[in-house]
Amino acid sequence: MDLAFFLIQLLNGLQYGLLLFLVASGLTLVFGIMGIINLVHGSFYMLGAYLAWSLAGLTGSLAAAIAVGIPLTVLFGMALEWLLIRRLYERDHLFQVLLTYGLILVFEEMRSILWGDDVHGLPVPALLNVSIPLTETLSYPVYRLFISGVCLLLAFGLYLLIQKTRLGMMIRAGASNRDMVQSLGINIKLIYTLVFAIGVALAAFAGMINAPLSSVFPNMGGQVLIICFVVVVIGGIGSVKGAMAASLMIGLADTFGQVLVPEVAGMIVYLLMAVVLVWRPAGLFGKA
Amino acid sequence: MSSNEKGFDRREFLKGTAAVAGATAVGTLAPFGLAHAQAGKIKVGLMLPYTGTFAALGVAITNGFKLAVEERGGKLGGREIEYIVVDDESNPAKAPENANKLIQRDKVDVVVGTVHSGVAMGMAKVIRESGTLWINPNAGADEVTGPLCAPNIFRTSFSNWQTTYALGKVLKERGHKNAVFITWKYAAGDQAMAAFKEGFEKEGGKLVKELFLPFPQVEFQALLTEIASIKPDAVATFFAGGGAAKFLKDYQAAGLKGKIPLYGSGFLTDGVLEAVGDAAEGVETTLHYADSLNTKKDNAFRLAYAKTYKLQPDVYAVQGYDAGQLLAAGLDAVKGNVGDKAGLIKAMEAAKIDSPRGPFTLSKAHNPVQDMYLRKVVGKQNLVQGVAWKALADPARGCKA
Repeated sequence: MDLAFFLIQLLNGLQYGLLLFLVASGLTLVFGIMGIINLVHGSFYMLGAYLAWSLAGLTGSLAAAIAVGIPLTVLFGMALEWLLIRRLYERDHLFQVLLTYGLILVFEEMRSILWGDDVHGLPVPALLNVSIPLTETLSYPVYRLFISGVCLLLAFGLYLLIQKTRLGMMIRAGASNRDMVQSLGINIKLIYTLVFAIGVALAAFAGMINAPLSSVFPNMGGQVLIICFVVVVIGGIGSVKGAMAASLMIGLADTFGQVLVPEVAGMIVYLLMAVVLVWRPAGLFGKA
Repeated sequence: MSSNEKGFDRREFLKGTAAVAGATAVGTLAPFGLAHAQAGKIKVGLMLPYTGTFAALGVAITNGFKLAVEERGGKLGGREIEYIVVDDESNPAKAPENANKLIQRDKVDVVVGTVHSGVAMGMAKVIRESGTLWINPNAGADEVTGPLCAPNIFRTSFSNWQTTYALGKVLKERGHKNAVFITWKYAAGDQAMAAFKEGFEKEGGKLVKELFLPFPQVEFQALLTEIASIKPDAVATFFAGGGAAKFLKDYQAAGLKGKIPLYGSGFLTDGVLEAVGDAAEGVETTLHYADSLNTKKDNAFRLAYAKTYKLQPDVYAVQGYDAGQLLAAGLDAVKGNVGDKAGLIKAMEAAKIDSPRGPFTLSKAHNPVQDMYLRKVVGKQNLVQGVAWKALADPARGCKA
C-alpha cells in the first residue's frame, strides 16, 4: 500500500467512523444516558430511511423530506415513550429487552405492510452529487464528506446540549437519581419523554440522511443495531465524547482490518471491544 | 432500574443480548393448514420464508408452484393437492425442527423448500434420514446436490457453482486477463468465488485478488479503494438484495464504473434495478433466467402469472413453477401413487422440464443441467445477450448416491 492509498484508507476509516457516530448518537442518549436497553433503535433507523424515501417521492427533495420527517418522528417518539417505554424505568432490564425486541417485530411487520419488501433507492441530492477525483481510477463522493460534516456538527451539538445547557444538567441529574430530581420539583417525566423522542429522531435522521448511500431495504435496522451497541459500550455508557472516540476507532479498525487481514475482518471490531473492556472495564470514558 | 442506580453494568447488557438470542430462537411459528389430510389428497409441505428479508422470495416461489398445479386443473397425477405451510423465517437454527414437523406430524408426501442455504442444510439432514421426497426451489448451497445428494433430493434452481462458473468464459471473451472477485465472507460467497476462479483460470485468466467483507456488512469503501489501487482488467462479484443495490451505487460513486468493467452472478442486478438508478447500466451478469427471453413458453408463463397474481414474475417464481412441474412429471408417471417412491423418483429423474427459462433436464445429482444466459442491464431490465454456457452441469463434487 503506497502513501496515497494509505491516506485514502485513512479517510475511509474516519468517514465510516463519523457515520457510525451519527447512527449511534440516538442510542448514546437513550441507552447511555437514560439507561434503557433500546433494541428497537435499529428500527427507528429503518423507519427514517423508509420515511425519507416516501416523503422524498412526495415532495421531490430529500431536504424537504427531512424537514417534514423529523417533527413526525419526534411526535412518534413521544407517543411511544408515553404509551410504553415509561412503564419500564422502574423495572428490570429484562423487561426492557422483551418490550423493545417485541417492537422490532412490530415495526418490521408494519414496514412490510406499509412499504412492502422491495429494495428502494434514493438519488443523492443534485447539488452534492459530484465526486472528487483522487487517483486516475478512484474518486470520492462529495455526499460522504457532507455527511461527515453533519456528523461533526451533530456531535458538537449533542455535547453542548448535555454538558452545557440546563436541560442537559437535568437529564444527567435524572440519570443518576430520578427520585431526587423529581422531589426538587423538576418534571422528570416530561424530560425523559423529550430525551427519548430526541433519541428516536436522531436514529431516524441518520436513516434519512444516509438513505441515498445505503439504499432502503427490509431489515436494514438489524445491521446497524449491534454496531451501535458496540460503539456505546466501548465509548463508556453515558459519554458522548466516548461514543465519538469509539466510532472513530471502530471505523479505522474495520477499514484497515478489511484491507490488511481480510480473513478475520468480521471479528476485528469485537476483538477491539474485548481489548478495550479488559483495559478499561467501564469503557473509554465511562465512570467505573 | 432502581431509582438510585447509576446506569448499569456490562453484565446486565450481556444478559440482555443473551435474552435476545433466546427470543429469536423461540420466535413465531405459523403452520397454517390442516393437520389431518382428507383421504385422496397429496400433501405438499411448503417450507419457505414468509417473514423477514426473504419473504418476497418465499411468496414468489409459492405463487409459481401453485400456478403450475392450477394449470393442471388443481390436480397432479389425478389427485388433488393439499398444502401445509410453514414459515421457516430463514432461520437455520429452527430448520430441523420445522422440517420434522412437516414430516413427522403432518406426514407430508413431499417437502418444497427453501430459500436460505443454511436452512436447506438443516433440512437436508432430516430429509436424508426420513427419505421424504424433497424439491428445493432455490437454496443454492453446492452441498445439497454434492456431498449431501440422495435419491429423494431434487433441486429446480441452481447450484452456487453454476451462477459464477460461466463468468470466466465471458471475461475471457471480453479480453480481460486478470480480475478481482469481491463478495461477502460466508458459504454462498465462498462457493461463488471458488467457481469463478475455477472457470476463469481454466480460460487462462488470473484472479489477482479475492476481496471479502463480513456478511452482511455493506460498507464497501475500503475494498473499493483496494480495487482502485490494484487496477484489474475487470471486477466480478456475488452480492444480492439490499447489499447488491448499495454495492452498485458505491461502485459508481467511487468513479470505478466505466473505468473497470463490473460483472457478477445475476443476483447482483435482479430485483434492484428500480433502486439503483443508472448505477447498474451496462453491467453484465450470468444467470439461468433473464427478462425478455421472448420464448413462447416464457411469454405464456409471464402472462398467466401476471393475470393470476397481479405481479410480474421473477426468477424465484420460475423456480417455484418448475418445482410444481417436476412433481407433476413424477406423479403423472405413477398415476398419483406416491407409495411407489422408486417409480416416482425414476420419472422425476428422467423428466424434461419445459421451463420458462428454457427446457432443462436433471443431472445425476438431481440439479438442473441448464443454459446460463449472459444478460446486460439496459434501462430497468436484464436483457438477454445470448447464452454464456450451453447446458451447464454442476460437477456434483462429493456426490456418491
